[in-house]
This record gives sequence, C-alpha cells and structure tokens, in this order.
Amino acid sequence: MAYSRIKENTIHGLFFFNGVLVIVVLVGIFVLLITKSMPAFKEISLLHFLFSFKWNPTASFVEPSYGIWSMIVSTFMVSIGALFIALPLGVGTAAYLSDVASYRVREIFKPLVEILAGIPSVVIGFLGIVLVGPVIAKIFRLSNGLNALNGAILLAIMALPTIISLSEEALKGVPKSFEEASLALGATKWQTLTRVKIPAALSGIIAASMLGMGRAIGETMTVLMATGCALAMPKSFLDSVQTMTATIAIELGEVPYDTTHYYALFAIGLVLFIITFVINMISDIILHKYQRVIK
Amino acid sequence: MDNCKITVHNFNFYYGGVKVLKNISMEIPENRVTGIIGPSGCGKSTFLRSINRMNDTILGARAEGRIVIDGRNIYDDDIDVVGVRRKVGMVFQKSNPFPKSIFENVAYGLRINGEKDRYRIEEAVEKSLKDAALWDEVKDRLNKNAFELSGGQQQRLCIARALAVEPEILLMDEPASALDPTATLKIEELIQELKKKYTIVIVTHNMQQAARISDFTAFFMLGELIEYNITSIIFTKPSRKITEDYITGRFG
Repeated sequence: MAYSRIKENTIHGLFFFNGVLVIVVLVGIFVLLITKSMPAFKEISLLHFLFSFKWNPTASFVEPSYGIWSMIVSTFMVSIGALFIALPLGVGTAAYLSDVASYRVREIFKPLVEILAGIPSVVIGFLGIVLVGPVIAKIFRLSNGLNALNGAILLAIMALPTIISLSEEALKGVPKSFEEASLALGATKWQTLTRVKIPAALSGIIAASMLGMGRAIGETMTVLMATGCALAMPKSFLDSVQTMTATIAIELGEVPYDTTHYYALFAIGLVLFIITFVINMISDIILHKYQRVIK
Repeated sequence: MDNCKITVHNFNFYYGGVKVLKNISMEIPENRVTGIIGPSGCGKSTFLRSINRMNDTILGARAEGRIVIDGRNIYDDDIDVVGVRRKVGMVFQKSNPFPKSIFENVAYGLRINGEKDRYRIEEAVEKSLKDAALWDEVKDRLNKNAFELSGGQQQRLCIARALAVEPEILLMDEPASALDPTATLKIEELIQELKKKYTIVIVTHNMQQAARISDFTAFFMLGELIEYNITSIIFTKPSRKITEDYITGRFG
C-alpha cells in the first residue's frame, strides 16, 4: 500500500519535473536573449535598431550602424511569400487526401509527406542553388536566381508538410454529420468541400499555416544559401535579400566578443523570438476557438 | 391505396459481404406518413438511407433491386444522384445544423443550386422557417449562429433547411429521439402539417410515436419486411405473431 503510493508520487513528480523543465528552458532562453541583447541598446536606440535599414556594424571610416529594418522586411517577404505558395498547395493536398484519395493512395501519400518534412534544410538550400535559382534566372532573365522568390519557394516546400498534415487533420475533424447534411441537400462533393468542410475547418487551417509560417520565419540555412545575402532594402521579390536568421548565422561566428555588434546580433535573435512567439500564440488561440465551436 | 410515390422492388443491400436488407418490396403512398418500426439493427435506417442513396458514401456498400420514384429507378446507372437527393430531403437523428448563421443554414440548399437573387433567397428562407414552425422563434436573430438554438429548435431548423430546396419526399431518421417530450410534440405536430405537401417516410424507435403520427406502418426485423399495413391494423390486429410480440413490448 505505502509502496504503491510512493511509486505513484514518484511518477507524478517525474512528470511534473518534465513539464516544468520545458518552461524553465523557454524562460531561460528568453532571459538569456534579453540579458545578452540589453548592452546593445546602450549604444543603439531601439527605434534606430528596428527601423533604420542600414546595417554596417564593421564600418571603419564612418560611424557603424545597426539598423535591421531591411532584414525584418526580407524575413517577412520570404516567409509570407512562402505562405502564399504553400497555403493553396497545402490545403489542396489536404482536401485531396481527406476527401478524394482512396485508402491506398492515402496510405502511400501520407508517409511521403512526412519524409518531405525530414529533408535537411541544407539539402533544400542546395536545391535552391542548383535547380530553383537557374529556373528563376531563366524565366525572369536575371544574372542569377538567388533572391527572395527563390527563398519563398524553398520555404514553401518546407512549410508544406506542416500545413498538409494539420489541415488534413482539421478537415478530418469536421463532423461527418455536416457532410451528410450537405450531401442530403443535393450538394456535390465539391460544394460540400468548399462550402461546408473547409469553412468548418478554417480555424484549423489558419492555425496550420501560422505554424508553417512560424517555422519559415525561423529557418536559417535554406535562406542563407538561396536568397543571395544582400543587405539592402529589397524592392521586389526578384531582389537578393538577407533575413534576420541569415545575418546571425553569418556574423556570430566572426564577431569579437563583448562588442556592440556582438550584442546587436543577440538583439536580432530576441526580435525573432518575439515574432515567432506571437505567431505561435495566435495560432494556439485560433486553434482553441475552433475546438470550442465544433463541440 | 392512395397514389403511390415510391415503389420498392426486391431490394437487397449489403455492407461488405453482409446482407442487411433482404428482398424488400413495398409501395409508399404520396402525401402520407409512412412509419418504419423495428428493433435496433433491423435495417430500418439503412432502408431509409437507400431512398436518397445516402448509403453511397459508405465504403463497400452495394445495392441490388430497384427503388422507383415517380417512374424512375434511382439505382439506374445513368441516374443523377445529386438530383435524387434534391428531390428526396432528409432529416437526421441528431440535429446537424452547419456552423453558420440560422439564415445561412436554410439558404444553403438554394445557394448550392445557384440561386443568387437576394430577395428570392430571403423569401424562401422565411417560407421554409414558417413551414417548419420556427419563424416566430428566430425571426429576430437570423444572423445568430445556429448552435445557439435549443435541441428542438435545431432539429426544426434542419427540417426548414431540407424544405428550402422544395423536395417532394422527406425522409426522417428518428428525428425526435434526442428531444424532450415538449419538443417531440412540436415535431410530431409539424409532421402532420407537412404531409399535406410532402410524402414522409419516418423511422422511429418509439411505437407510440409511430401509432400517433403515421398513416401506414412497416415492421422490419433482421433485414426483412415482416409486415406492412395501415397503422391502425398493425397496432390492433397484426397478421403475424412476431409483429404482435414486438408492438406489445415482448422484445426489442
């Protein structure tokens, strides 16, 4: 009796510890980013940091400047562009899998989607350099195809598995009774899908794309390889860009310790963290709202 | 007998390899309520869902024989299933409004038919809600979500939604089984009203309900049609012993 209670309590404690650990790690990262980035703001004003688009921390003859606006714009361009490509493709595939495909096709297709999620980002970046880049260069008659569009296409490929899996789950979660009601009224399968099932699953689909976008924003290697790494304000999707993540990855290895530049890179990380945190939170709220409505 | 609306000829139905409806033949009269009773698993719901081909959505289901509506076998290869379902409306056991507004729920059937005229849609929605005896309760909140209605109101909304596409036949699968007695009474009164315009086939688990609302009653058991006659005869002097045992509550 006493033994089983001790065992019960131990297991309880163990699980509680695991749960707490996640929170500790999350808070720890946040605190680290804040403490490491605060010194940067002794030299740079927050407004300058966020909204000036001149990033030149190693200038030797002029005053170094630390504006990340062009990187923020680049990051959003690439990831929102990715979303525009991935959303119709992803929802279309999800609808196909949940409503049209036969059992066998579905069983073959779903693992393939999962494999797509497992492809290392460096491989996707490679694909961008040798395949997507030249194609873009050819179509738009550019000297090279390493630009925001290239990054958006690659990130779309990376966001697809998330969007497909979660959207398919959202569509599957739509009660069968809605579908039956629609069919019984003389609706076709297509009408049932577009007018009943997708609207009913919409919050799930939105949440899926937000999560996909959260991943796209944080993605580093692919965009580093495929977007051309040009620190300038992009004017169109055909310009080379450099995202926040790419800047950190390129510069953090070479920056002298304990300099403003060093701390500024942490500050970029902090901004990135806050953006993805907000996006994840919004998708979570939408997802919960959706579950309530369906019940 | 009255004018015949639906004729069923030697109808068999299979789920996978299992035969769940065995050689059913019956004639369902126009503008009457035909009740289908029988113990659980007797195939009465399957039979009902065969009349608008809702069983098509089930994997591995197969039908044999004919169901003729207005002279046309709905199991012919070249039949337009969507057209059949527009003609044969259905109300389900559990009310299943769409997660849309009350108005949009009723308007749905019109919209999928390509109706775009706002005025005609409004008119049809009002008429259908009136026919389903729900108008007075919802006319001030047509834009509210359908889930805010009570269970009985939701079921009448589903009836209104089915009526909006102007079917000729209305299939009802235990439409009141999840409702309280007051809401059930309302639905039953509504069915009496509706039979003036529609041919109604209703599956019910509740024998008192069948006795109250249906003109004809069919008794199903283990996939077979045991007995089919005018309701008063079925309930007072059934010709088969097994029917009597069931309606007097000896089993089921």
